[in-house]
Amino acid sequence: MAIIESAVPSHPVGPLLRHMGRNRAITLCCLFLIVLVLLAIFAPVVAGDPLKIDPAHRLSSPEAGAIWGRDHLGRDVFARAVYGTRVSLLVGFSVAILTTVFGVAIGVYAGLSRIGGAIVMRLTDAMMAIPAILLAIAFASILNAGLLTVIIAIAIPEIPRMVRLVRSVVLGVRSQPHVTAAISIGTSGLALIWRHILPGTMGPVLVQATYACASAIIASAVLSFLGVGISPEVPSWGGMMADARSTFRVQPVLMLYPGVLLSLLVLAVNILGDRLSDTLDPRKSRRTSL
Amino acid sequence: MTDTLSVEHLNLTFENENGAVLALDEISFSLARGEILSLVGESGCGKSVTAMAIMGLLPPGSAKISGSIRLGPTNLLDLNEAELRNVRGNRIGMVFQDPMTSLDPVHTVGMQIAEVVQRHRGADAKAARSRALEMLDLVRIPDARNRLQAYPHELSGGMRQRVMIAMALACNPEVLIADEPTTALDVTVQAQILELIGELKSELSMSVILITHDLGVVASTADRMMVMYAGRIVEEGPVERVFSRPSHGYTAGLLQSLPGYGSTLRSHLTEIAGSVPRLDHRNPGCTFAPRCRFATGHCNAPLPDAHEIGANHRSLCIRDTAVFEAISNHEIVRAWA
Amino acid sequence: MLTYLAGRIASAVPIVLLVAIFIFSLVNLTPGDPAVLLAGDNATPAQVEVIRERLHLDQPLPTRFVVWAGNALRLDLGESIYSNQPVTKLIAQRLEPTFVLAIATLILTVVIAVPLGVIAAWKVNTWIDRGIMAFAVLSFSVPVFVIGYLLAYVFAVQLKWLPVQGYVPLADGILATLRSVALPAMALALVFAALIARVTRASMLEVLSENHIRTARAKGLSTRRILVIHALKNAGVPVITVIGIGFATLIGGVVVTESVFNIPGIGRLTVDAITRRDYPVVQGVILFFSVLLILINIAVDMSYALFDPRVKG
Repeated sequence: MAIIESAVPSHPVGPLLRHMGRNRAITLCCLFLIVLVLLAIFAPVVAGDPLKIDPAHRLSSPEAGAIWGRDHLGRDVFARAVYGTRVSLLVGFSVAILTTVFGVAIGVYAGLSRIGGAIVMRLTDAMMAIPAILLAIAFASILNAGLLTVIIAIAIPEIPRMVRLVRSVVLGVRSQPHVTAAISIGTSGLALIWRHILPGTMGPVLVQATYACASAIIASAVLSFLGVGISPEVPSWGGMMADARSTFRVQPVLMLYPGVLLSLLVLAVNILGDRLSDTLDPRKSRRTSL
Repeated sequence: MTDTLSVEHLNLTFENENGAVLALDEISFSLARGEILSLVGESGCGKSVTAMAIMGLLPPGSAKISGSIRLGPTNLLDLNEAELRNVRGNRIGMVFQDPMTSLDPVHTVGMQIAEVVQRHRGADAKAARSRALEMLDLVRIPDARNRLQAYPHELSGGMRQRVMIAMALACNPEVLIADEPTTALDVTVQAQILELIGELKSELSMSVILITHDLGVVASTADRMMVMYAGRIVEEGPVERVFSRPSHGYTAGLLQSLPGYGSTLRSHLTEIAGSVPRLDHRNPGCTFAPRCRFATGHCNAPLPDAHEIGANHRSLCIRDTAVFEAISNHEIVRAWA
Repeated sequence: MLTYLAGRIASAVPIVLLVAIFIFSLVNLTPGDPAVLLAGDNATPAQVEVIRERLHLDQPLPTRFVVWAGNALRLDLGESIYSNQPVTKLIAQRLEPTFVLAIATLILTVVIAVPLGVIAAWKVNTWIDRGIMAFAVLSFSVPVFVIGYLLAYVFAVQLKWLPVQGYVPLADGILATLRSVALPAMALALVFAALIARVTRASMLEVLSENHIRTARAKGLSTRRILVIHALKNAGVPVITVIGIGFATLIGGVVVTESVFNIPGIGRLTVDAITRRDYPVVQGVILFFSVLLILINIAVDMSYALFDPRVKG
């Protein structure tokens, strides 16, 4: 008899890793990110001095000493671009981590405490009513200039988003039978959070942290571009674009290098976020037959 | 009586990356003018797929179909998508199972009926609207003029199903396909809807294919019935003949699982063990045999074609006599005898 | 509907109050003496003292907040330290370019994003869908000022079709105005459209799998009618919601774009005020944008009823 049991293949472990391993886009993005991280770490080895001013060679074309040419002050554009990686990556990763730590902590609290939750929600409502980039610009300009300032200024408007996400996930997890059961047998608060609540939030949090990283990289470039936050001396992609404005008509390529690098970095992080969210979300896009 | 619709040697295979599934296996039947034909079977037996094949609404690409579906002289399988669109909603109307979700929630019911008329009859907005009003009256919706402006969420389930029927019938189709039209409704409303379909069939002299898993619905509404199992028609015939002489192990099982029919003894309610198999290739023997309490070794051998039990009454079952003998004392069978 | 609107506005009041407190503390609770910060590095003690008095910095914080908030309620946001003009007047002067830019962006966005999202959902899992989604991720990832300079280089520097920068007021002819905002609006719209196209696609996919779409197909309706009249209207609420949420991003984008294209709007006002440490203006502008955003989101909530009759006020 040909009764075919619908064969559901069961992968208890590793479908995520295998799925990602097979995906060319993911591999490319990860490779690109690794290259940038290596460039950032070994910048002094790879590139020359990004700060040295050479007025004699202002806006010079690519040459042996400066393969991407020199800017309006005669600085090595390639060296500045390589060192600029540091700011983007540092801000991106730091904001992602800060957002995750504070967002999860506050979000879990807001999800577990009824009154605290209500207060936190009103506060996040108010913070999210202020355009994020304005808030970041204002913070960065008021606090003392520096990389730490920029990171904090960008992280603060990102946190409410994470808080709301975590809270909604926690509310969902909390009503699941196994968690209600754990509560009813008197599992202690911390054990409950550690064993039952946190694991459920990891997926969405990871995706959101990736997106926070991408938007932080953009935001830090915007701040440098507007000349707020870190000193214009420090090489950053946004700062390079601000420098290139005055010579945009003569030497537009100076705008192109940092612009393309910045876009590629954000693109890579966003694609990672998208793929991560596709993989973690069981509801795959369905086929319609119109 | 002339045939409105005739289906011949319909075979249908769904293909996807996990292989092929045989959904319909040599389905042939015809629908006479003014007749209510009931397709009966468990979910997954192929009855809804048959309806979707007739409507031409199967997902393109994944379904491999052969045979013919003739509406009058035209073979619907030869039509392209644009030609099929002219048939759907116009010459064949369809009513779906769940009236709560089958109407568009963001448009008025008047608009949803009128747009079919505009689409197929080329009527202007005003004519289409008055036709919509006419249809709401026809399906016995009280205060029809005001209901034109109503949104689906403002109507009860029964009312929504009436709207669905009005929509399906707005262009005077030759065939109405009703796929489990009463399953989602309250029992009292079920009876009203079935009665309405019966009355409209006579008033509009159309043919109806009534898909259901409920033999009670068949008994009260249909002229003829077709029992389907795992993509095959296992027994077919006029309702009274099939009920009075069930001739397939599966039909017998369905009858025995019918609750409270002419009896208060719930103990008679039995279920058929197992579930409908998914077939990846054609099985020459009886597909029901593994679940059938009448099966013998012969049932796994290649089956002969369906044989006549009586006038217009055919069965695929080689053990039909044994089945009938075993079930002839069942109260339903006695009631119809 | 009106009671709903009233309730919605009432519930926005505490949020506006919180926003005001937040913005006020941001400027006033920062480490260091605000007067010294405001006066700049080379100020004499006398200059610092003048500023301290003018901003009532000698009074206790809560009193200052009540005074500031009370004045703000009467649409008095104080005076600019730099130009001595009332902040509300400065905002009013800069309103037109920003408003024109935002409206042009919004129209362009909807015109680009909604059809793309609908087509992607219709052709889901085909190369068309993948192409549109790849375009969306790309334009979402390229920062608005990078797109801005790219467009400026191609259409203004090379092709010379459009002005490189600047803004022509409406009073000088609407066509000239549109030409002057074409590039910045395009740059902003590409970023915004990416977001809207993705949401439109997701929302359409959701709707296309619903039963009433099967009904529409069984009625023999054309694909276009099913997509536009039935699916899109059902998919409208999430799309409108994200347009509302996206306004926050849009406002941020406007600030940056106005700098790139040298448009004398509120965005420029903000950036200039921040670089000049003109805090009354900074406070005022952020409060203005925040209240605007809250009002937009109320309008978005009200518009749900246009798409879904089940939403009753």
